[in-house]
Amino acid sequence: MKTFRIGGVHPAENKFSAGKKIQQAEIPKMVAIPLAHYIGNPSEAIVKKGDLVKVGQMIGQANGFVSANVHASVSGKVNKIDVQLDASGYKRPAVFIDVDGDEWLDTIDRSTVVKRECNLTKEEIIKKVQDAGIVGLGGATFPAHVKLSPPPGKKAEVLIINAVECEPYLTCDHQLMLEHGEEILVGVSILMKALEVEKAIIGIENNKPDAISHLKQLATAFKSITIEPLKVQYPQGGEKQLIDAVIRRQVPSGRIPVEVGAVVFNVGTTYAVYEAVQKNKPMFERVMTITGKDAPNPSNYRVRLGTYLSHVVEQAGGVPEGTGKIIGGGPMMGRSLMNLNIPMAKGSAGVLYMRDEEAVRRPVQNCIRCSKCVSVCPMGLEPYLLMAQSERNMWPEMETDRVMDCIECGSCSYTCPSNRPLLDYIRYGKATVGGIIRNRNAK
Amino acid sequence: MNLVLISLITLGVIGSVAAVILYVVAKKFHVFEDPRIDEVEEALPAANCGGCGFPGCRGFADACVKSDELGDLFCPVGGNDTMKKVAEILGKVAVAKAPTVAVVRCNGTCEHRPHNNEYDGVKHCFIAHNLYSGETNCSWGCLGFGDCELSCEFDAIKVNPITKIPEVDEDKCTSCGACVRACPKLLIELRKKGPKGRRVYVNCRNEDKGHITRKACEVGCIGCAKCQKVCPHEAITITNSLAFIHDDKCKLCRECVIVCPTNAITDVNFPAPKKKKEEAIVN
Repeated sequence: MKTFRIGGVHPAENKFSAGKKIQQAEIPKMVAIPLAHYIGNPSEAIVKKGDLVKVGQMIGQANGFVSANVHASVSGKVNKIDVQLDASGYKRPAVFIDVDGDEWLDTIDRSTVVKRECNLTKEEIIKKVQDAGIVGLGGATFPAHVKLSPPPGKKAEVLIINAVECEPYLTCDHQLMLEHGEEILVGVSILMKALEVEKAIIGIENNKPDAISHLKQLATAFKSITIEPLKVQYPQGGEKQLIDAVIRRQVPSGRIPVEVGAVVFNVGTTYAVYEAVQKNKPMFERVMTITGKDAPNPSNYRVRLGTYLSHVVEQAGGVPEGTGKIIGGGPMMGRSLMNLNIPMAKGSAGVLYMRDEEAVRRPVQNCIRCSKCVSVCPMGLEPYLLMAQSERNMWPEMETDRVMDCIECGSCSYTCPSNRPLLDYIRYGKATVGGIIRNRNAK
Repeated sequence: MNLVLISLITLGVIGSVAAVILYVVAKKFHVFEDPRIDEVEEALPAANCGGCGFPGCRGFADACVKSDELGDLFCPVGGNDTMKKVAEILGKVAVAKAPTVAVVRCNGTCEHRPHNNEYDGVKHCFIAHNLYSGETNCSWGCLGFGDCELSCEFDAIKVNPITKIPEVDEDKCTSCGACVRACPKLLIELRKKGPKGRRVYVNCRNEDKGHITRKACEVGCIGCAKCQKVCPHEAITITNSLAFIHDDKCKLCRECVIVCPTNAITDVNFPAPKKKKEEAIVN
């Protein structure tokens, strides 16, 4: 069975919420929809205090090409446009809406019938995706229409759908595939049309046999979509790792995947594209997983954008006792949350409770030069060296040792027997070196 | 005997050939260096702190010799005395500068600024700053892990273990600027030391709107502009709800200290503290 060729780890999967039906989370009394929650320029609010909005109405206009529209996820009255703390504790602009009923825009098709035909042209599809404010739901939240318009001279050959969900605990993509398999396949064929590619491959890790067989069965009705079961290995969901695993091509350092002929979309994004193109539904809700070893009720919820995490957590039975940390996202790449009073954004894939004893950082010891970190690094870097350089502020050396290739997957920190905070230092080094490179290019 | 002689002669010949080569090379590739560079370097404090903006004292000496005027060149460690000596050696005119000192513009002690979460990652300001805003609601304030302390070559800045805020030892601080560069929150500023070490400054860097600052910290600047109105010397400007006192205009009258509703303006080294107005009436 295929997998990527360099490095990788296999943490305990702990998919407690697997097979739990996606429930519609209750609509809260108030939402705070962040205007800047993806890579790119923050969008500009186009509503003002006191305006009445409907579900799906645009409230934030994209600012520039690498930017996405933001839509109201509830109907009601705009309370204020103010700052709101995001997951990292910094203040970001957000639109606060007081909820009143649940009135959707008339243009949105709310029926559950799967609409398979799509007669739109390439440009029309991209326009619809752009209008719907779709961003990549895999975690990086990169605006999808940018990916659909490759730079001139570059041509995609194959579309790869990321359905691996390699993060432990998270099951939102898995459940989405089981419940909306057909819609996802329609979404794939729409994306293929937009990219003008002949072939699409859906990569799924083989710890989800039900999803694999379900999609394989459905895919018989779609030509040129293949399902590729992959060996379970973290971080297979990384774009470059997935391309390597599925089509055996490596993206050169500092380049984008389309240069090797591949474009990768997350399965959640594909579903959002289906909804946007076939049902006229902009991106204002997503599926997220609430889970943890002690979670009273590990489950998958479809949550409206801007809902406070505390509201969702309450519905799932509240925070269990003995929780040491609450992580936003998966345990490998997620970050611990300062509190639960932060609104859910397009990139929030889950909330994970970690027990006290799991959450503590164990004492840091000296590097014993075992080179475990080197052997697990999926990008072929030397994490122990990069950390040492970062500690000593050796930025030019870090650049030549390709710190910018780091995908921040955390495999090095996970595997280190001396509990060294490798990723923390590398991330800091990457941020600094990235700044130096940007300054140099700007000159 | 023969063996010793042969070795001596061989080594002697190699030695003299090498000497000739070295001599020729040294003459041919001789780099003329102004002897005054050495003299100037001798006069500098040899701290090699980089506070002047040049790579070490020799780099600074080189720059001093090469430049026509000493205008922008200043050794913050040696101060005016050193610059006078340098000027004498080079026969140029030194521009006297008022001595400066590093000032930490955050007063968010544990008492003034309640902590609402606990950071258990790597205890370095730059790493914590890279991850999130900090342990309190104020995303502008001091993180308290002491990167400034590590950066200081002169042992002049220390994080107070009780308040978790760095404190500067004025006598030791040479205002080289290492801590200014080390602080990821840009809290540290080099300010004029002032007569008898007296100075007035806004002890806050929070650019949030007033009500947000107020919730996060008791002693934050809320941008109410009272100080700006009361200042007779127009030394205070307010940008993004944050007051800033320009030390070149400030005449140390301390009117602003009295009116500040949140005690965000700090005066140091003044004899008796001026009373707040209300207290003054009561007394």
